Amino acid sequence: MKPGLPYLSLITFLPLAGSLVVLLLPKTQERAMKVAALGASVASLLLTFCAWTRFVPSAGMMFVERHSWITALHVDYYVGVDGLSIAMVFLTALVTPLAMLAHWKLKDNVKLFFFLFLLLQTGMFGVFTALNFFHWFIYWELGLIPMFFLIKIWGHENRTYASFKFFIYTLAGSIGMLVAFGFLWMATGTFDFVELRSLAANGDLAKKIAVFVGDVNGRFGWHWNVTTFTSVLFWATLVGFAIKVPIWPFHTWLPDAHTQAPTGGSMVLAAILLKMGVYGFLRVVLPIFPSQVAAHVDILLLLALASIVLGAFAALAQTDFKRLVAYSSVNHMGYAMLGIFATAATAGPEMLNEKAAALNGAVLQMFNHGISSAALFFMVGVIYDRTHTRALAEYGGLRKIMPIYAGVLGITMFSSLGLPGLNGFVGEFLIFKGAFPVVTTVTVVATIGLVVTAVFLLQMMQKVCFGPLNEKWQWLPDMTACELFIGAVLMLFMFLIGIYPAPLLDAANDAVLALVRLF
Amino acid sequence: MRTDWTIYVTFLGAGLIMLLPRNAKNLIRWVALLTGVIGLGIGLQNYIAYNGWVDANQPLKDGFWHLANVAWIPSLGVHYHLAVDGLNFPLVLLNGIVCVTGILFSWNIEERVKEFFAFFLTLIAGVYGVFMAMDLFLLFVFYELAIVPKYFIIAIWGSTRKEYGAMKLVLYSFIGSAAVFIGILAAFFAGGGQTFDILELARHPIAGQIQVWVFPLIFVGFAVLAGMWPFHTWAPTGHVAAPTAASMLLAGVVMKLGSYGCLRAAMLVFPSGLAHWQWWIAWLGVIGILYGAAVALVQKDFKFIIGYSSVSHMGFVLLGLATLNRDGMSGAILQMFSHGIVASLLFAVVGRMVYDRTHTRQLDELGGLAKTLPFACVTFVIGGAASMGMPGFSGFVAEVQVLIGAFKMSPWLAVAAALSIAVTAAYILNAIHKVFFGKDDEHHGTAEVHALPPITVPEIVAAVMLMAALVIIGLFPSVMLDMIQANVDIFLKGMP
Amino acid sequence: MSGAYAQIFRALSSEISLAVVAMGVLTLDLVVGRKRDLGARRQLVGAVTLIGLALAAVPLVWQVGLTNVPLMGETLAVNPLTVIFKFVLIVLTALTVLISVDHDIGTHVGEYFAMLLFGAIGMLLLVGSEELLTIFVALELTSISLFVLTAFHKNSLRSQEAALKYFLFGAISSAFLLFGLSYIYGLTGATHLRDIGTALAGKGTNPLLAVGLLCVLVGLGFKVAMVPFHLWAPDAYEGAPTPVTAFIATGSKVASFFVLVKVLMIGFAGAAGSAYWGAFSSGWAMVLGITAAASMLLGNCAAIVQTNVKRLLAYSSIAHAGYILIGLVAATSTGATAVLFYVIVYALTNLGAFGVVAALSARAGGGDLEHFNGMAKRAPFLSLLMLVFILSLAGVPPLGGFFGKFYLFAAAVERDAQNFGLLWLVVLGILMSAVSLYYYLILLKHFYVMPAKDETRIATPGHVNMALAICAVGVIILGVFPEPIVALLKTLVIGL
Repeated sequence: MKPGLPYLSLITFLPLAGSLVVLLLPKTQERAMKVAALGASVASLLLTFCAWTRFVPSAGMMFVERHSWITALHVDYYVGVDGLSIAMVFLTALVTPLAMLAHWKLKDNVKLFFFLFLLLQTGMFGVFTALNFFHWFIYWELGLIPMFFLIKIWGHENRTYASFKFFIYTLAGSIGMLVAFGFLWMATGTFDFVELRSLAANGDLAKKIAVFVGDVNGRFGWHWNVTTFTSVLFWATLVGFAIKVPIWPFHTWLPDAHTQAPTGGSMVLAAILLKMGVYGFLRVVLPIFPSQVAAHVDILLLLALASIVLGAFAALAQTDFKRLVAYSSVNHMGYAMLGIFATAATAGPEMLNEKAAALNGAVLQMFNHGISSAALFFMVGVIYDRTHTRALAEYGGLRKIMPIYAGVLGITMFSSLGLPGLNGFVGEFLIFKGAFPVVTTVTVVATIGLVVTAVFLLQMMQKVCFGPLNEKWQWLPDMTACELFIGAVLMLFMFLIGIYPAPLLDAANDAVLALVRLF
Repeated sequence: MRTDWTIYVTFLGAGLIMLLPRNAKNLIRWVALLTGVIGLGIGLQNYIAYNGWVDANQPLKDGFWHLANVAWIPSLGVHYHLAVDGLNFPLVLLNGIVCVTGILFSWNIEERVKEFFAFFLTLIAGVYGVFMAMDLFLLFVFYELAIVPKYFIIAIWGSTRKEYGAMKLVLYSFIGSAAVFIGILAAFFAGGGQTFDILELARHPIAGQIQVWVFPLIFVGFAVLAGMWPFHTWAPTGHVAAPTAASMLLAGVVMKLGSYGCLRAAMLVFPSGLAHWQWWIAWLGVIGILYGAAVALVQKDFKFIIGYSSVSHMGFVLLGLATLNRDGMSGAILQMFSHGIVASLLFAVVGRMVYDRTHTRQLDELGGLAKTLPFACVTFVIGGAASMGMPGFSGFVAEVQVLIGAFKMSPWLAVAAALSIAVTAAYILNAIHKVFFGKDDEHHGTAEVHALPPITVPEIVAAVMLMAALVIIGLFPSVMLDMIQANVDIFLKGMP
Repeated sequence: MSGAYAQIFRALSSEISLAVVAMGVLTLDLVVGRKRDLGARRQLVGAVTLIGLALAAVPLVWQVGLTNVPLMGETLAVNPLTVIFKFVLIVLTALTVLISVDHDIGTHVGEYFAMLLFGAIGMLLLVGSEELLTIFVALELTSISLFVLTAFHKNSLRSQEAALKYFLFGAISSAFLLFGLSYIYGLTGATHLRDIGTALAGKGTNPLLAVGLLCVLVGLGFKVAMVPFHLWAPDAYEGAPTPVTAFIATGSKVASFFVLVKVLMIGFAGAAGSAYWGAFSSGWAMVLGITAAASMLLGNCAAIVQTNVKRLLAYSSIAHAGYILIGLVAATSTGATAVLFYVIVYALTNLGAFGVVAALSARAGGGDLEHFNGMAKRAPFLSLLMLVFILSLAGVPPLGGFFGKFYLFAAAVERDAQNFGLLWLVVLGILMSAVSLYYYLILLKHFYVMPAKDETRIATPGHVNMALAICAVGVIILGVFPEPIVALLKTLVIGL
């Protein structure tokens, strides 16, 4: 490919540059900081849009940049996007400025907030574009630290506990992953995702690991088993991502973190940070450990199923608006995981189309959940700003005094619920359609989740907007123009994808097929 | 100017300061700063030139840039021999950075300014000398020269139990150097009684059984200063007692003097002795790593946390050196640089930014400083992240390499050492939480906290310099790692 | 005959001129001094004494060219080594005079300076003589002058007690010496060192010789204040007027060690025995090895608990006698060179240290450690000089004391480099140096760290500052560029 504009580096580092501008602005220039932050973020969005228009799904890795970086460790600076990541890059570019906009009225420590937010955005872009574990991991951690502080400093009453829980969980997962990749590096001498994927595809990876294990055994007189060793690497990597997704039972950090985070933080956390975990499965776990995934697929499917069903029931039991939305994320990410694991459930070319449909559905679900969860958290934030409570029992009848709010919440709710015509439906439909013939029993049980999802979302709607109005809230103003704008943008995508999902599916399809063919 | 001018310039600066009137405090500060900046500038300029030399892929002849080599005391075969290579150049640079930032962080010293900066620059010059000396005698001379000013800096300008801390530190280092002294004499005569030149001695191997007992003398003698467990106990008390700049120097460069001495004077000259004691060093390193981290976890004094964390991080250096493979040793040397910067940064936050303003270091008494001193908070978080081995900072590259090297030596070493990373994360987070947030959660905005004086410009400049060094080396480790590896390869080739 | 007298005159011209000056000084003080106040008297008489000393140094210039001229049947020797040491002694005396001028020595000004000169004559004779009886006579001349000088604080009980103690011990030790000499004469029939050397060569030891040798060692050991003949030293050092203390601790020591080297290396070269670890064999090396170890241990340990600066320095000088003896134990030309080099450095350093104490204690109200609190503020220049002297005593590079010690220890290791037979003494010496750093730092702590009660500046006369600065510069030069003097001493010692 001809060296064109280094789109991905520009997209990634624009927010970083913005963060430095924010840092250097004098303390009193709060408005200028906000404008600079939003400007940098929007510029990234525009660039991402340009990149998408030039994206060719069949071309494999696009916008590749590769430069020799740390010669001592054979590490290259290597970035590129394919069908699996382009949508995520776009999602990041879209949701982050909206989340910043949601904090346009922030008065407390403005500089630090927008600085961290832009840093976070760089980290997220980096995770979705990096193709070398070394700098990918830097971005992965860069996504962690700013979020820790966003929760810690601007969070709600229980922020300290929540932020530390979030941090420790993710860090623990990262360390396992780091160790696993350290071993992979010692065995193969590369950190390169693409190279590792091709090594795995032609069987060299297994050989190299065997040689490495043999070497260790020979030198230390140990009796490591190659299969067990590879499985340990696989699980270490998998758990690192599973915590981020999160898959049951690694999800317990999520309700706390989401609930305690400030609105923008929750939006980004749910919309993008969770996707980093799912994306990890697509970019790392499936391509590099295909046979291990296949070997453990039953357990994995059960875990996904548990996320769906238990997530839904847990959401049903919540009395806290935000906590409910948080559990809905566990539930929705479970669907995506179901689609992904279904891919590995059978070997060979049989049911290729079904598996591709399930995986396509999962990729779409990632994007959809990004839109709808961002919207839901935003809506929670809107009402919390006015009432300073999140208890569902305190609300009621808001439809009467805040009709626009009720409307937007309704559409968002239906999007999340998977109403046909809105975005959620397409993804979940594809997942179930694809997964049903492959893993019938699991899919059937998962439909319980679907039902419960509908129940808790409707119940939420009912408790917030219908019923008798709490007298305290008589004076509540409706959504402001700014808030409405954010809601409108997100709703636009809900409708757009609900009606015409083809651009997303087309972009992903080639990469998805290639991935499915690995099994 | 050649790199050895760093030594002369710094000595000249110290001499010049002694001639200035004692009341011209600002003049003294600026002269000191200028001296430090010139030293750093010379170091940087030559570093770039040297790096270009390595990058050109020319085969390194013997791996050294010889700066000076003249007979000094011919009756004893002592040469004034200075040289730089990939192993000491990062440390020379480190010394320059710590010198400049240390001066900036000492800008607020009002008492006996003249003596402070004179002692400070003497110490710095001695350290430059140790890093470049290629003659055991010369190395020892510079080494001792660096020890004595520490006593006065700590005892005069220090804080908690300063005289005890200073005395303990100096006696530990002196007993260590006594062992080194004996070792050097033995090496000299066992090597034929002709020369103290390190490279010459390394070229003519000394009898194996002598190496076996002389090596630990020199190694442990230096390792005392590197904070090797169980000889580390001077480090926390010394760090706590020292004024900010001295803590920075202590953890930043003086501990590196020890580890560098281990490498240059012990490991290079006594390969068979090294082979004999390799496992001991590795395990002592690991014990230091774990012990330091575990003790840091339960400290109540902010500075003690950083003090013990230094012991833990220097354990990585010793472990890496003991691995005797490319990854481990390169990692160890990079870790010396990295920890030098990290420790300086953390001590600067603790001592200068926090303690000088709040006059307490008890975790329980601090709290909520993120609001009042946001810059200190950000700085500490970045330093802490680097200390934890967060990717993107120099510590990560270094520690990962050490772990890989240790794994190649024995997986158990790597496992044990890796455990400490989690503990490190725990105590750093705990400190961040208690100092910068903590109390704030219970009762918002206490009045006295809000009255803290703001962070000054010298502090910001210095902190930004250190953070930039962390990030630059973290993101582009090649600028340092290439030259380190070139010389580690040469070193390993010389091993039996 | 007249030729012989001319020879004697040439050989003893310095001594003779000093005697003339001493008489002159007495007369001068008698004639013109009485009318002036004490300060002016001291200045006048001191100036004349200085001129006399300068004149006495002139004949040495003539002697430079002479090599080993035996005079009076080898009773007196003139060779470059004696020239050097006579010169050193004259310089030391001159420096003592300089610091004495400033010191209250009562009304007997002329007698004081005359006594100093008589003592100096005895020392010069000690350096020059190679015959037992002459040595004895010279020793007595020195001692008696010093006894008198010690008592010069006529109104101070301590001074009187010190003098009495010094005198009694001195008298007994003289008796021992004479007794020992009589045995030696009885065994060999000779009193000339070289004849004794020839007579004893290859004979080994016998009980009679052992008794004689032991008695000689007792006599001379008293002079150099080695353990167990050190008991007089702390009291005498403390009680004597400080300039006299300086003179006892330096001039007397230089001369005594020179004699000790000469007697043992020339006269008793055949009876050295050995002090190798695990392979002791009887002879003076063994005895000195044990006393050296004892001196280092006792001197350093006792110094730790002292509260009076002069007492502290007294114990430190006992310890230093121990270090110096290590060079003698080596019993090689390198060892002798090291001893002579160290003695010079030691004399300059101690003279400086006592000089500072003399100058400051009178003005600070006493000689205890706390009287020196905060001197760095009150008398910055002298404090800086004290820093140099004390660090040199502690053996910190790049000062003379460091190189001197290094050379002494190197000589000891070199003696039996295959088996490191003398390493035990070296190890002990080095460890004790580390211990000594403790009390030296305590001393410096009072100067530099502790706050003064009264912060008024202390002004010291220019000539005192100059004298002490000369000592300091000498100490630094001998440390940084030891090569010329070491090389010179070594060739001369080999030629002996």
